[in-house]
Amino acid sequence: MLGINWFKYSSPPMFYPLAGRMIPWFYTLAAMFAVAGLYISFAVAPTDFQQGEAYRIIFVHVPAAWMSMFIYLVMAAWAGFGLALNARLSAMMAQALAPTGALFTLLALITGSLWGKPMWGAWWVWDARLTSELILLFLYIGFIALQAAIDDPRRADRAGALLALVGAVNVPIIYFSVRWWNTLHQGASISMTSAPKMAVTMLTGMLLMALAFWMYSIAVALVRVRCIILERERRSDWVKELPEVRR
Amino acid sequence: MSGALAAVVRRDILLALRRRSDVATTLFFFVIVASLFPLGVGPEPAMLRTLAPGVLWVAALLACMLSLTRLFAADYADGTLEQMVLAPQSLTLLVLGKVFAHWLVAGLPVVLLAPVLGLQYAMPNEALLVLALSLLLGTPALSLVGAIGAALTLGVRGSGLLVALLVLPLYVPVLIFGAGAVAASQSGLSAEAYLSLLGACSLLALALAPWATAVALRIAVE
Repeated sequence: MLGINWFKYSSPPMFYPLAGRMIPWFYTLAAMFAVAGLYISFAVAPTDFQQGEAYRIIFVHVPAAWMSMFIYLVMAAWAGFGLALNARLSAMMAQALAPTGALFTLLALITGSLWGKPMWGAWWVWDARLTSELILLFLYIGFIALQAAIDDPRRADRAGALLALVGAVNVPIIYFSVRWWNTLHQGASISMTSAPKMAVTMLTGMLLMALAFWMYSIAVALVRVRCIILERERRSDWVKELPEVRR
Repeated sequence: MSGALAAVVRRDILLALRRRSDVATTLFFFVIVASLFPLGVGPEPAMLRTLAPGVLWVAALLACMLSLTRLFAADYADGTLEQMVLAPQSLTLLVLGKVFAHWLVAGLPVVLLAPVLGLQYAMPNEALLVLALSLLLGTPALSLVGAIGAALTLGVRGSGLLVALLVLPLYVPVLIFGAGAVAASQSGLSAEAYLSLLGACSLLALALAPWATAVALRIAVE
């Protein structure tokens, strides 16, 4: 495409400056989408007829939950590429995405609690989606812990990749089993807002916030992968000659 | 090919029988954990009966998980694992043999002992039968998926707890279906759907886990 050999960017010394140039753009996009999304969520979206103003936290909660699941899949995909193609940079990308994904999962859980208290009167309910998010958090933490525990970086990459792929295969199974468990054990009438016919403005707000989180995740992952590259390639000449390293 | 499988199974069982204390420790852990819960929540039979499916299943899960580190550690330490990886026979098959032997000495005793512990929890008789059946269908999945975790953390420091962290989220569906089967049978409902899903989990694990474990072993050994 365009006569460029794109694969040259799979080498850390080529990718490092490219990532550096991309980061400000993604931060800017994230800020723009966030401003638009927050404006819609606070000023434009109507007051909910049942829940009043407290429902507005869904504009953070739902996009965070979407991102937590999306980032897991992207992380597993990069880890898979790293394993299949024996590419260091792909594995570094997976390693860079994991903390962001874990934090979005934590954000989804905490905002879910903050929503749950006024709605259901409880900080935590064993609702199917919250429980699946909790297990997703454990999967992220397991991935991070495994890579942290193995000293040899290449072995850590490959072991983590296998774990991420096994987890990715398991996520649908876990989700459906938890959903079944929840519907069968449902005690008091805790029904999540089904509202498939959400007001168009609400949906637009959530989509804009989701885009904001997505751009932010890309920016942060690029920053983190640059740090990982510097750490892992610190003995190579090109790193030693970087201006930020030389001072 | 089946000669290699039989040889691996026979070897592992022989080694386990020489170290009977390892096997017994796992079993006693199961008994102790199951006995701790009534001490914690009180002896009232009705409440214990409600708690029994979950508690016994979690205890079985933890006992199985604790025995996982034994699966590959000894062979890794003395170099046998390297020979298995280099062998002309399929590593997936050799792994299957090891996991089967592990299930025979760690999973099957739990299946046989669980109904006895169920009596401590005042469970009715059909529930005891469903408990044994659910464990029979579920413990193979636990051994198979656990083997992946054991292989990934070979030789890593703190591997006992790390295996737990890696493997427990993957155990969640088996726990839900297993405990659900027993709970359903206790309330008079049919446990058939749960048991079918448990069997499905085990079959899926049987199809995919040995291969994933072989890949993990190659990563660990090279």
